[in-house]
Amino acid sequence: MDEALLRGLTPNVLAILVRRGADFAAAEDAVQEALIEAVRVWPDDPPRDPKGWLVTVAWRKFLDATRAETARRRREDLVQEEPVPGPAPAVDDTLQLYFLCAHPSLTPSSAVALTLRAVGGLTTRQIAEAYLVPEATMAQRISRAKRTVSGVRFDQPGDVATVLRVLYLVFNEGYSGDVDLAAEAIRLTRQLAAAIDHPEVSGLLALMLLHHARRAARTAPDGSLVPLADQDRGRWDTGLIAEGVQILQAALARDQLGEFQAQAAIAALHADAPTAEETDWVQIVEWYDELARLTDSPVVRLNRAVAVGEADGARAGLAALAELDDSLPRHTAVAAYLHERDGDLATAARLYAEAARKASNLAERDHLTREAARLNAGRPR
Amino acid sequence: MAKYLLLKHYRGAPASVNDVPMDQWTPDEIDAHVQYMRDFAARLQETGEFVEEQAIAPEGTFVRYDGEGRPPITDGPFAETKDLIAGWMVIDVDSHERAVELAGELSAAPGAGGRPVQEWLELRPLLAPLLPTVTE
Repeated sequence: MDEALLRGLTPNVLAILVRRGADFAAAEDAVQEALIEAVRVWPDDPPRDPKGWLVTVAWRKFLDATRAETARRRREDLVQEEPVPGPAPAVDDTLQLYFLCAHPSLTPSSAVALTLRAVGGLTTRQIAEAYLVPEATMAQRISRAKRTVSGVRFDQPGDVATVLRVLYLVFNEGYSGDVDLAAEAIRLTRQLAAAIDHPEVSGLLALMLLHHARRAARTAPDGSLVPLADQDRGRWDTGLIAEGVQILQAALARDQLGEFQAQAAIAALHADAPTAEETDWVQIVEWYDELARLTDSPVVRLNRAVAVGEADGARAGLAALAELDDSLPRHTAVAAYLHERDGDLATAARLYAEAARKASNLAERDHLTREAARLNAGRPR
Repeated sequence: MAKYLLLKHYRGAPASVNDVPMDQWTPDEIDAHVQYMRDFAARLQETGEFVEEQAIAPEGTFVRYDGEGRPPITDGPFAETKDLIAGWMVIDVDSHERAVELAGELSAAPGAGGRPVQEWLELRPLLAPLLPTVTE
């Protein structure tokens, strides 16, 4: 059975139920149940019209649930009405669903969870496994999120930027268990790009594809981190790179630059270099300057210091670093790297060890510890 | 989202403000304390921030490898100088500020005289097991 097809229909089916008058929370539960039934039934009995099948089953689940609810309370007229028979309407409200699930009243973690379930069609258990929390916790997070947006009108225009931030968070989580969140984020961003023509949506999609292309090369067989400069570029996925570059170029041509396009441009310059030495660092610094104007993010300026160190030498990189707050995450790791490039190995070794203690991530901590050990053993790069 | 460990110590943390040993509380005070802890965990389950909790026995054994073909050596318990963990809770929250806020709430659990214990809880970030996709 084609799970991607099934999950791709999720937002569409959900939107149809909402358009028919079902409230969002109940409709979302009904669609989830229909998906579970599809997984059970379709392998032996594939429907001719998968979307029509899902709409019919989800609507029936919704009516059953609402009847049970009203039986506990009072009879109401709405639920006695059967849906209009015939094919499901072709109206695509997918975009509205993205807006709702990324609504600004939601916390980032709730928006992520709700998007993965209501738009992505993942089960609560899959989302819980991906984020390494108990299923009950994730179920609560999702039902609270649904309550939070229950008063939001479905047809209100939303803000694309909030949707992009949610998809970026999903992408950046990596993957664990049987759900590949990076691949899921790409699928959802593609789907969004099909629903709305927006250069930043393209920018984010390009950024994701360009990073995803390098995934196989980013870790050694033992799971340890391989820095960009040491990666086997033969293992980069040239198909994804070509697609990412093409999408990015089309977006840049529209001359409405945004932060995701700028980030993708940097990723494209890395992808474009046949060897680490041939990287066009001068142009990368220019893109970081652009990005700093667009976002004013300290993380961007930290990454810019690394790029300056490559373009103009380690001293210049250290000078750029000196202007930044040294409590920034990864500041110490960047300082260690630049000091090593500058030939001050003792300082670099000390800073690598300090950076390892400050790391927020296991693979990074181990990598930084190895860097410190390498220098302490007298083995410069 | 980030996960944090909230560590509760039998000893090794700075003294609580309301520092009366639990065996000198009244039974009602103990009940109120236990109920507060239960309610706290239930509330975090409700907000979708709860990951796990565990209490551990105060007395344990130190164990180490002692060479090929030999059974491991055991030792302890040791003198009352070392840090002693009483239990933990793991939470999954949107920010460090939120983690601090929750630790503060837990530290307000009532103790002797029904007043908050104001115990020092240790808040430690869990290292993320996965590498973020975008780092450069």
